[in-house]
Amino acid sequence: MSKSIAGPEIERLIQLLGKLPGLGPRSARRAALTLVKRKEALLAPLARACTEVNEKVGVCTVCGNVDTVDPCSICRDPRRDDSTIVVVEDVSDLWALERAGAMAARYHVLGGVMSPLDGIGPDDLNIRSLIERCRSGRVGEVILAVNATVEGQTTAHYITGEIAGLRADGIDVTVTRLAHGVPVGGELDYLDDGTLAAALKARTRF
Amino acid sequence: MEWTDEAIVLGLRRQGESHAVLEAMTRERGRHLGLVRGARSQKLAAALQTGNRLRLVWRARLDEHLGIYAVEPIGFRAAGYMESPIALLAAQTLAALLRLVSERDPHPDLYAALDEVLDRIGDPVETGELVVRFELMLLEGLGIGLDLSTCALTGATRDLAWVSPKTGRAASREAGAPFADRLLPLPAFLAPADGSNHPPPDGADLAAGFRLTGHFLARHAAQERGRDLPETRDRLLALIQRDAGGG
Repeated sequence: MSKSIAGPEIERLIQLLGKLPGLGPRSARRAALTLVKRKEALLAPLARACTEVNEKVGVCTVCGNVDTVDPCSICRDPRRDDSTIVVVEDVSDLWALERAGAMAARYHVLGGVMSPLDGIGPDDLNIRSLIERCRSGRVGEVILAVNATVEGQTTAHYITGEIAGLRADGIDVTVTRLAHGVPVGGELDYLDDGTLAAALKARTRF
Repeated sequence: MEWTDEAIVLGLRRQGESHAVLEAMTRERGRHLGLVRGARSQKLAAALQTGNRLRLVWRARLDEHLGIYAVEPIGFRAAGYMESPIALLAAQTLAALLRLVSERDPHPDLYAALDEVLDRIGDPVETGELVVRFELMLLEGLGIGLDLSTCALTGATRDLAWVSPKTGRAASREAGAPFADRLLPLPAFLAPADGSNHPPPDGADLAAGFRLTGHFLARHAAQERGRDLPETRDRLLALIQRDAGGG
């Protein structure tokens, strides 16, 4: 059994910090020590920020993003293109695309991907609300920005089928997806065979 | 403890931030799990997709431990599935069905069949037939083999058209006719060849094949283990019927 080196409150703080991604027991200890040492500058504002987020945070009822307002800041932003929805698996993917800043579109967060091994089917994901958004008639393009995994692409094909089904009701939405292939800075020699094959298949005119 | 074997990826369960528990069908040791360190790295993530072939080195202090896998990719089949919803659903259905097999129970025949099926999936008719035939092998591997070679009532080997949902034995068209409402139809592509080649199955034949194997898998394998058949199986059949016609 490890010896306790601080009071139970600090030990609890270390234990909780250690549950955060990227922090193991050792780095959690270092983070806790920094917080304790810089009580006024870091610990108090962090505690206040955590309390505020805890009180206000929720899931956007439109897109499934997390924010302290509902609809979320992205759904409220009038500068974004209403006719394009980027579909992502998780909020972290939405944040990654926003960091890239390549597109001022709306988003839709699925909350995961279909996985028979984990018992996750289409009804467990935020797919119905996406179809309802498409049904509104304001959407012209849905960009499927799901991961290039077997589960991600299975989900993408399912969504494509559901959106294609809207044509029967006179709603025509174009479905596109992210390209699969060579990453920027990637060297062909180090790429796996599957990615190389996909890149060759999806080659574009130069 | 240490061994090396060839394997096919069935699935991956995240373990912490960068590791994962790999579920693989190995050639010699059946369905086997192990921890893969750094499984979410760019290099390994592509290799650990369902259907890919790997060379695995498994190490553990004791045999009953989960153990750690060292992974070397030898076949990136999954990349070829990305464009085909039928291939994606078939690969996931087969992987999910193999969960009916006990862990670490060797099934070299199932491994070989899985390897072959995964190489050929994509075309709707061929995929449908391959999946049904794989499910028959799986049933046999689980000790629930069906006897589709002779009529249980007359001993005839020709014109078999029915299967008893209780015994899994075939019946000829004539002998089974009085009980037709209680029997499962046996599609022609699963009946023994009578000298002439069967025509390729259509959507209705494949649906009958799925119904036949699905009945025994659900009743004698999945339910006993407290599971349902994977829902991808139903979606796979729907796509096959749509694309194969005749359904």
